[in-house]
Amino acid sequence: MVADSHAVVSDLLMGGNGQALVAVEGLTKRFPVSKSLFRQASSFIHAVEDVSFSLAPGESLGLVGESGCGKTTVGKLLVKLIEPTSGQISFRFPSPDAGSGEAVDASTIRSADLRAFRRQAQMIFQDPYESMNPRRTIYDTIAEPLAVQGVGHLTDRVDRVTEILTQVGLTPAGSFLFRHPHELSGGQRQRVAIARALVIGPSFVVADEPTSMLDVSSRTGIMTLMQNLAQGLGISYLYITHDLAVARYMCHRIAVMYLGKIVEMAETEELLGNPLHPYTRALLSAVPVPDPTYRRDRPDIRGDLTLPINPPPRCRFYDRCPVATDHCRDNPHPPMEEHGPGHWVACYEA
Amino acid sequence: MISPQSDQQNFSREPPGIPESPLVDLHPGRWQMALARARLALRSFRGGWAIFVESRIGVLSLATIVLFALMAISHPILMATVWDAEVYDPVTGYAFDRLDHPAPPNWRHPLGTDPLGRDVLSQLLSSTRSEFVLGITAALVTVGIATTVGAVAAYYGGLVDALFMRLADLIIALPGISLLIVLSALFRLNLFYLALIIGILGGFGGTAIILKSQALSIRVKPYIEAARVAGGGHFHIIFVHIIPNLLPLSLLYMMFTVTGAIFAEAVLSFLGLLDLRMSWGIMIHTANTGGYLLGGTRYWWLIIPAGASITFLCSAFYLVGRALDEVVNPRLRRHTS
Amino acid sequence: MTTSTHTPVLQVIDLSLRYQTRQGEVQAVEGVSFELQQGQSLGLVGESGCGKTSVATSLMRLLPENARLTRGQVRLNGTDLLELDDEEMRSYRWRRIAMVFQAAMNSLDPVHRVGQQIIEAIEAHGMETTVSDARERVARLFRMVGLDPQLMDRYPHEFSGGMRQRAVIAMALSCDPDLIIADEPTTALDVIVQDRILRELKLVQQELRMGMIYISHDIGVVAEVTDRIGVMYAGRLVELGDTADVFRSPMHPYTAALMSSFPSVHGERLPLQGLAGEPPNLIDPPSGCPFHPRCQYADEVCRTEFPERSIHEDHWAACWHPLEVTVTGDGSRDGCG
Repeated sequence: MVADSHAVVSDLLMGGNGQALVAVEGLTKRFPVSKSLFRQASSFIHAVEDVSFSLAPGESLGLVGESGCGKTTVGKLLVKLIEPTSGQISFRFPSPDAGSGEAVDASTIRSADLRAFRRQAQMIFQDPYESMNPRRTIYDTIAEPLAVQGVGHLTDRVDRVTEILTQVGLTPAGSFLFRHPHELSGGQRQRVAIARALVIGPSFVVADEPTSMLDVSSRTGIMTLMQNLAQGLGISYLYITHDLAVARYMCHRIAVMYLGKIVEMAETEELLGNPLHPYTRALLSAVPVPDPTYRRDRPDIRGDLTLPINPPPRCRFYDRCPVATDHCRDNPHPPMEEHGPGHWVACYEA
Repeated sequence: MISPQSDQQNFSREPPGIPESPLVDLHPGRWQMALARARLALRSFRGGWAIFVESRIGVLSLATIVLFALMAISHPILMATVWDAEVYDPVTGYAFDRLDHPAPPNWRHPLGTDPLGRDVLSQLLSSTRSEFVLGITAALVTVGIATTVGAVAAYYGGLVDALFMRLADLIIALPGISLLIVLSALFRLNLFYLALIIGILGGFGGTAIILKSQALSIRVKPYIEAARVAGGGHFHIIFVHIIPNLLPLSLLYMMFTVTGAIFAEAVLSFLGLLDLRMSWGIMIHTANTGGYLLGGTRYWWLIIPAGASITFLCSAFYLVGRALDEVVNPRLRRHTS
Repeated sequence: MTTSTHTPVLQVIDLSLRYQTRQGEVQAVEGVSFELQQGQSLGLVGESGCGKTSVATSLMRLLPENARLTRGQVRLNGTDLLELDDEEMRSYRWRRIAMVFQAAMNSLDPVHRVGQQIIEAIEAHGMETTVSDARERVARLFRMVGLDPQLMDRYPHEFSGGMRQRAVIAMALSCDPDLIIADEPTTALDVIVQDRILRELKLVQQELRMGMIYISHDIGVVAEVTDRIGVMYAGRLVELGDTADVFRSPMHPYTAALMSSFPSVHGERLPLQGLAGEPPNLIDPPSGCPFHPRCQYADEVCRTEFPERSIHEDHWAACWHPLEVTVTGDGSRDGCG
């Protein structure tokens, strides 16, 4: 699934191409640190700061970073669970009569258009135990997008849910319809979550660490299922994960985030084989390897992640960077520059 | 240290012995779906019942409530069959067969008569129905309001939340019984109005705060976000996701409200402030105005039946609530599994 | 790293543990036996619910109420811990055997300085007599786990998650235990922090010549820090050997499947091989070898009889048809069954 569309993909990097399914430009989200009814907040967490990328139809982009780096916020912004502070998100969803439709700016979508948007952009959540209402049956959970958007009659919906349950490997589908989430294992629930996201036929799905809370044995099954479904149904994933190894298997391209910024973005094998940003290198070398004979170099990364509350304008990675210079300290956060075909890095020293 | 029970919790996540699914048909129609839902409801009721019956006090209390319910039903039946209205009417009756009112219990009047010559058993039975009507109406009003207010305040937050919560603070700050005394002095309060007032005070007061804090913990669950991504609007999320998950706790507070309502009625009636035909409170009030409360246990049939009924029914509803708490709140169960 | 000539620090013999639950009795641990030499580290890996945490809590005797040890011995330097009374066991915990839990970083008391909490642990076990000696010891421990000793007068909320986890490890080391049990101590942390803590933990363990049991679901992490590795499935130890041997040539089909389920970032991108099916229900575990319903090599004997193995071999697997071929360059594995 992965190494096929190098040419297409490199054309699409950093937006601008008319064929992109999703194009994100200068996306920024700041959360007030303490807000009350009568007082304006003075400090902000710069959760996502000036993030740009684009996604081709059928392409999967991995968003990788440590907890608190803003990757989940990007995901929520893209499905309009939260509104951006500034920046543009435009979608060009396929229209019903084949071909690409008009581009829509996500920030201006209201009411009727929002319904149409919700049919195209869906999300799979991390926690298979908390992302389903414990009082509703599997049928109710999966049919929810159809029911709230008034798609089809009851019997049509039942048929559609049965069909999608079979597609996600929960067979015989009929025996799952009237179960409650607590009767299923973690892997089965995550299959239900996938079914709920796909039942309405979206073209873009944000997957927020869908395997991180699963056991090893169900994890592989979910990853394979998601790949097969993406291929079969032509879905694009924004695949959010902290695990570079998982991203390697799921994504065509990987973007590495650090404290609200994308610091490096490249095609998967290029990024893993030739990491240019010191943070990417550190992340890569810290992944435990199931091979006791494997020896590797470990760059010296100091300190811990902090919260980006009113951060100084210089490079976000400066405080922990093993190769930082005075230039890095005195200049603003480095811009993204292309260091090879489709390989973008935000570092003065790369 | 954190208790090392993660493995045990993991076991609870495995689905042990999945019960037979109510639906296996591949293309179910409308009727099969409805039938499957009904079977599912029955199954979950049975599951809850199995936990409830493990609590002996809960079962005993439920039996007590059923007993009182039977008493309430028996009164109209007795009046229609064996009891002559002229003698046995709880308000206008007079026991012509005796002259020494209040008469002690005897064959014709098992609980004796009151100072006005009326049959105490008949009064007790007829009051039971009023207490049920009062308690259940007040509980339904309280919980209906509190659940909606709690869910809405938690969901919208901000100004809506602030308004409802300050209102709740205000109501809590008011002394409940004193307020009811003032209200009953200003208006003629009958059973229905009393239930309504108690319900509204409870519903906008403390119960709303408790249900709101529960709703807050539901509001931040990922399934609420999932519902929004699915396209669900505010109404859908509040009524399909938040309120159904509040209902178990609401049911609990319904039980506690019944207790509070019956107790409030007893106090107000005892003070003679309510426009009721008959109630347990009025029975004690009658005994008191005749000076019989000071007679100690000599006139016990004037006090004990009504007093004990108030105590037992209030306790029964409260204890059923506590037993339900174990069903609703798995953390309280002795063996988590 | 096998030093079988010495007496082992820890001998676990035929340990079995049951949990009583509403659904029935869970066979959490079944006949687990292993030995640990001085200065050696053993990794226990397996999926959630496989019993690895239950083994650890049995060694510490920190079991929940509904747990029952049905068989077995846990010999620490020859003393059977399961025979000790509660008072004796309390003096063994921390002094001889210490544990770091998964969520341990949240177990520091927020209102006391971090250093003070460790000093209290030291004093409670009579390790140092004067405060300055105790402070000196804490400073040494801090340096050992990579914390600046000047931080010992700070409060837990001033520490990041990684620093708190280091402080908890320092606390576990404070009484010079013979054995330290680490139950997923880095699971909640980010990879970069995890990597550094693993390095420091390993250095400290080798420096102090402690025995260590490291529990994790992540075989990558276990490969980094342990000399020997034990694979658990359905409450049983199914494979045990030197870490390098087990990774080079896994003998149990479950071990092989588990290893091929992990995606890797380095080297060639091998296709992922999953593990079909669900873990067994331990209330009613499968007959014979518990892995047989998911095993491609299973035959009649696997279905009826559990393959007991002598634990004195260097590398063994509880399997009737152990794999004998090493992992080849292209990642494909052949089974000789």
